[in-house]
Amino acid sequence: MNTTVMGSNKEVRKGKLSQMNDQSADKAKISVNDLDLFYGEKQALYRVSLDIQEKEVTALIGPSGCGKSTFLRTLNRMNDLIDGVKISGEIEIDNENIYQSSDVIKLRTKVGMVFQKPNLFPMSIFDNVAYGPRMQGIKNKKELNKIVEESLRGAAIWDEVKDRLKTSALGLSGGQQQRVCIARAIAMKPAVILMDEPTSALDPISTLKVEELIANMKKDYTIVIVTHNMQQAARISDKTAFFLNGEVIEYDETSNIFSMPKDQRTEDYVTGRFG
Amino acid sequence: MLRGLLWFSAFLTVAVLVIIVGYIFYKGFRLINFDFIFGDYSPVGHGGIWPMIVTTIYTIVISLLIATPIGILSAVYLQEYAKQGRLVRMIRFATESLTGIPSIIYGLFGAVFFVTTLKLGMSIIAASLTLTIIVLPVIIRTTEEALKTVPPAYREGSLALGTTKLQTLYKVILPSAMPGILSGIILSMGRIVGESAAIFLTAGTVAAMPDSIFSSARTLTVHSYLVTQESGDIELAAAVGIVLIVIILVLNLSATFISKKLNKADY
Repeated sequence: MNTTVMGSNKEVRKGKLSQMNDQSADKAKISVNDLDLFYGEKQALYRVSLDIQEKEVTALIGPSGCGKSTFLRTLNRMNDLIDGVKISGEIEIDNENIYQSSDVIKLRTKVGMVFQKPNLFPMSIFDNVAYGPRMQGIKNKKELNKIVEESLRGAAIWDEVKDRLKTSALGLSGGQQQRVCIARAIAMKPAVILMDEPTSALDPISTLKVEELIANMKKDYTIVIVTHNMQQAARISDKTAFFLNGEVIEYDETSNIFSMPKDQRTEDYVTGRFG
Repeated sequence: MLRGLLWFSAFLTVAVLVIIVGYIFYKGFRLINFDFIFGDYSPVGHGGIWPMIVTTIYTIVISLLIATPIGILSAVYLQEYAKQGRLVRMIRFATESLTGIPSIIYGLFGAVFFVTTLKLGMSIIAASLTLTIIVLPVIIRTTEEALKTVPPAYREGSLALGTTKLQTLYKVILPSAMPGILSGIILSMGRIVGESAAIFLTAGTVAAMPDSIFSSARTLTVHSYLVTQESGDIELAAAVGIVLIVIILVLNLSATFISKKLNKADY
């Protein structure tokens, strides 16, 4: 961790605030380099560079409007949906520049997303989870049944919904809906799952369940989570990036960010002086 | 005081409806019998109105068959695909203006363009094409509104699962917008059944069973108008009115029924 301070590490010369763990010889799952993003004339991200490790939970924290959600959405190119978004820099996932290959569909099957509010479709629970695989052309009933069961088990909600798979998903509670959303993302067998404040609309008990779930999921998935809740970041993440005004101020092991941040602004934020 | 005023307004609205429908039923119901509805038309006596019922159904079906797909596709294009800018604003303004134009103007256009220029003659098809133009803006507007009410979260949720725009449209957006789209179609049916001036000018007034959609024929509303105009037979006109009301009621109920069925089929 002192490599950043000394500035001798070659990662730092590349302009990275990341790569704190010296022992990580293995290549990062997601590697972001000098990412700038503009909404029309307004710049929302400034030279963001960070490496996200495989099968870890990486939390993005920072005050509202700091660009953390915008950054998250560049990872599966959801920003493409907004008119006038311009991007420069590189994002590589598994060594592939995702903005150079034009196959957004393939990218999004590999990088799943869970949104702030549960957004299940007005269909049955089964059809919601089977939606993605079906759109990929899987029609075999047995196979779909298997995917749906595995996904719902993976999202720790199978026991609660197994007897009502054919009923409307919108009849579930908010917390249950969010876990079905996670199941829906898992059903695509993604490598990376992005979560955009997934518990901000949930009550404390549902939040706890989702947090437990995330902790369990990291053995299979690389998870990037945006959160407003600093305790949450501290509880569930391995690494934390602190965003402020579109810049990454500090990116480090979560324990370091919360116990001995190097930047004054990080310290002010995590101790609740602003934000 | 205000409460009383509100109550009175509501009462007045319902009362007017009840009085009109009641008056028409009172005047006309004595003529309603099997022969009147299913009999062929004859100029003597009150005549059957089966040819007019058939003509009315023809115009509804043909106009909707043409207007519905075009209207829905246009709305989808405007709402989901077109780059929102000047051109789209102009198209929206044009469709909105089209809904406000009196139908006689459409009738004149139909008489000049479909009947004369395209040489379709006074015919059911010429009337149906004219009616298509009349209801097209209605279908486009209501479909656009229905698409707007689909939560953006559905779109995002679907696209984030690696689906194409077309899959998202077909599997998520259109099904959620379906009730709104159907209500637009119901509105259009009402517009078609209620239209008289434009049909008068394009389908003509031949009071006989049409041989094909290229025949000139008379719809129920035109019949009702002509009967009142020529013979002053209010009872007959009212009887035709009853049939019209029943047809609209049946169409509305079946459309609502279908829309409920479709919604249930979603899960």
